[in-house]
Amino acid sequence: MSSNTAPAIEDARLSKFEERVQKGDAIEPRDWMPEAYRKHLIRQISQHAHSEVIGMQPEGNWITRAPSIRAKQILLAKIQDEGGHGLYLYSAAETLGISREEMIEQLQTGKAKYSNIFNYPTLTWADIGAIGWLVDGAAIVNQVSLQRTSYGPYSRAMVRICKEESFHQRQGYEIMAMMMKGTPEQREMAQDAMNRWWWPSLMMFGPHDSDSPHSSDAFRWKIKRHSNDELRTKFIDKTVQQAEVIGLTIPDPELKWNEATGHYDHGEINWDEFYRVIQGNGQCNKQRIAHHKKAHNDGAWVRAAAEAYKVKQAVKNN
Amino acid sequence: MATDTQLDLWEVFIQGRNGSHHMHAGSVHASDKKMALQNARDIYTRRGEGSSIWVVPANSIVASNPDDADMFFDPADDKVYRHPTFYVMPEGAKQI
Ligand SMILES: [Fe+2]
Ligand SMILES: [Fe+2]
Repeated sequence: MSSNTAPAIEDARLSKFEERVQKGDAIEPRDWMPEAYRKHLIRQISQHAHSEVIGMQPEGNWITRAPSIRAKQILLAKIQDEGGHGLYLYSAAETLGISREEMIEQLQTGKAKYSNIFNYPTLTWADIGAIGWLVDGAAIVNQVSLQRTSYGPYSRAMVRICKEESFHQRQGYEIMAMMMKGTPEQREMAQDAMNRWWWPSLMMFGPHDSDSPHSSDAFRWKIKRHSNDELRTKFIDKTVQQAEVIGLTIPDPELKWNEATGHYDHGEINWDEFYRVIQGNGQCNKQRIAHHKKAHNDGAWVRAAAEAYKVKQAVKNN
Repeated sequence: MATDTQLDLWEVFIQGRNGSHHMHAGSVHASDKKMALQNARDIYTRRGEGSSIWVVPANSIVASNPDDADMFFDPADDKVYRHPTFYVMPEGAKQI
């Protein structure tokens, strides 16, 4: 291509792309897209997939100690769903030209991030309740918004995920409600879990809009449909009432209803903690990645055996 | 040992109810047909979403090119007579 026609073609494609996005068309894998759109999506979708997969660890910690067979079955099913969510999302990211191998490598070397929330430990059974209710609850608010994201495969994965998520939140809330009807020690345990998970759940939505990088392209290209602060407020507005119903206190003395805005105002989030955990210094960052590597390496022989079997079958069928 | 692999890519089509079409549900990784079917079942039908599954190696799918979509589909654009609404029916005719 000659040097002066290339940019012109590129510009025409870009304006056609943006026009389609504005109209509400979905962008599909084989459609032309700007490199920055592709990169943004790969980063966001793979990070989302890694979060689903790493998120299995804090909950997995309680499978063998679930207080009843019913609780154990539910927890197993919930964790299996999260594994499935990871797979839907890895597949969506793969349609953009990154391989599963590369994504795993990026996770294990720290090049790709996952949600900070999973770097906190699950100390008691009440934490399983708090994760389902608050962490999945926060994730749902974000995922409902992403159902209308402009990239077709990502949007379809979100629709599927949202269908499965509401059971996750309800089972968590049921655990919390049950403990709040229990002994004083059980109520204390539930409140303690609330106190530890509330603020990290609010941090899941990311920095305030005023401090959030890369957001303007993400909005123009309809990758993101609502801002971090909008989504956070939506989550708080829903959750306060649910806490009241079961008698839990939200650990924020500044939380109060704002008549004028029609939303709750909340106290300032500890952003130092947020950045400290992102930079790898949360309580469980090292453990989570070490465990992922171990499980991955321990499974290598299974993949090798499956490949060997495939080759053998191909020879036999020829 | 051979280099590590994440196995091959397969596309998954699920028939929700008996009698309906198989619809694309997503993808799975697997090394052979049987594993692809089992993985598709575990990943896409955990809540009874399916009565039948097809899995197809992703590299066997032939797709139309989005850049040619206008040209590729335009033979249908000027054939309004393929639609029943094109025809003028005599006043008073019933059940047609
Ligand atoms: Fe999930
Ligand atoms: Fe979930």
